[in-house]
Amino acid sequence: MSFTPPSDPKKPKNVKISQLCELCHARKALIKRPKNLQKICKLCFFHVFETEIHNTILSNKLFQFGERVAVGASGGKDSTVLAYLLKLLNERHNYGIQIVLLSIDEGIVGYRDDSLATVKRNKEQYDLPLEIVSYRELYDWTMDEIVACAGVRNSCTYCGVFRRQALDRGAAKLGIKHVVTGHNADDMAETVLMNILRGDVARLEKSTSIMTQSSGSPIKRSKPFKYAYQKEIVLYAHYKKLDYFSTECTYAPEAFRGTARELMKNLEAVRPSCIIDIIYSGENLRLRPKKTKKAPPKSHMEVRSDGSISLPLQGFLDGNRCDRCGYLSSNKICKACMLLEGLQQNRAKLSIDKDVSAHGAAKLTRTLENLTF
Amino acid sequence: MVNVKVEFLGGLDVIFEKQRTYKLNVPSKDDSEVTVGSLIDYIVENMIKNPRDKDVFIENDTIRPGILTLINDTDWELEGEKDYVLEDGDILSFTSTLHGG
Repeated sequence: MSFTPPSDPKKPKNVKISQLCELCHARKALIKRPKNLQKICKLCFFHVFETEIHNTILSNKLFQFGERVAVGASGGKDSTVLAYLLKLLNERHNYGIQIVLLSIDEGIVGYRDDSLATVKRNKEQYDLPLEIVSYRELYDWTMDEIVACAGVRNSCTYCGVFRRQALDRGAAKLGIKHVVTGHNADDMAETVLMNILRGDVARLEKSTSIMTQSSGSPIKRSKPFKYAYQKEIVLYAHYKKLDYFSTECTYAPEAFRGTARELMKNLEAVRPSCIIDIIYSGENLRLRPKKTKKAPPKSHMEVRSDGSISLPLQGFLDGNRCDRCGYLSSNKICKACMLLEGLQQNRAKLSIDKDVSAHGAAKLTRTLENLTF
Repeated sequence: MVNVKVEFLGGLDVIFEKQRTYKLNVPSKDDSEVTVGSLIDYIVENMIKNPRDKDVFIENDTIRPGILTLINDTDWELEGEKDYVLEDGDILSFTSTLHGG
């Protein structure tokens, strides 16, 4: 697969004064910014969009001089624009950061292999180093095998839990302590809505922060596109003719996010500023601190309904590690290891099933045939 | 009759037989001007092969929210949306923004 850029339209003939850009008053306005409904031309849009990202980076002190930064690159629009922009801004404003592309190969034939081809082209186009970490080497499972084993319905659960860890491990492998991802304003607002709809109080407060770091983890994550509209990111990629991959994942038909996304898009059609408004609300939600329960005995450990085991109270630390793999976990055994264990049990079952096809005397013969001395 | 170029980007090409670019001759009804509205009707009637895919493109009789419509690289909101009168050589692009990033 190669890249075909969108076509260039002919030059506009007569531009009415009412059609002029509201910033430079010289060129024809091409877009209406969803944030403030301002009508601006292509060049002013580039300038405004880039400057806003730069200001987000500065005001939140996202980068330190000399830092090495991994861009979580999927080949999709957000991460492609992010890699392009970070490189541009780094050169323009001298952040002094070294950028590395970090991709995760989930092992989804017909989806991830194509998008990784895009990332490989980006590597050449932007002249950035690329590291690919695969589920196969980390977990000995590909997503295709997981879906074959556990079904499509849970695919996003597995994939999400594994990817989060995989990004951290990929970064650790490269000796990088900072991962940036292309989450945009629409994603953020969607997450806020989703957490409200689900009543997920624990995640609600944390979900809008631009930079997250657990105290025990050496790796921090940040989202420079937190306030950037998806529409503007797509427009930026379109006008700059960036090469990005745009197929929906094979296994993502009707995840819960889809419903929240639809709601968001319909809200945006009525009032475009609602996305920023929802993020703002999310940022300013303060939950009443939880009532402290009666303290259980110090060595108390709880087995929850999903099979996870809580930590003994005394030993609770923010930087607790999984007993099996050593990855950060708020339980005794981390979520990825629990999922892997479930999968492993199913894999064993499958191989036994194969043997059942031949039974009785035939099975005995087959067993004898395989015997060697 | 008007000659325009139509592009389906951001993954939308999947409902148009995986072809991104089409050159179209859009017929006009009783010699009147051809608007973007009638182009959309033309696309829905003639180019979407699987009737179930119509909902991917159209919602409440207009382009589905989440699809970016550009007329000669200008957001169609600034060009009068469905009332824009097409001219020969116009380029219309429909870009889905709904896929993962």
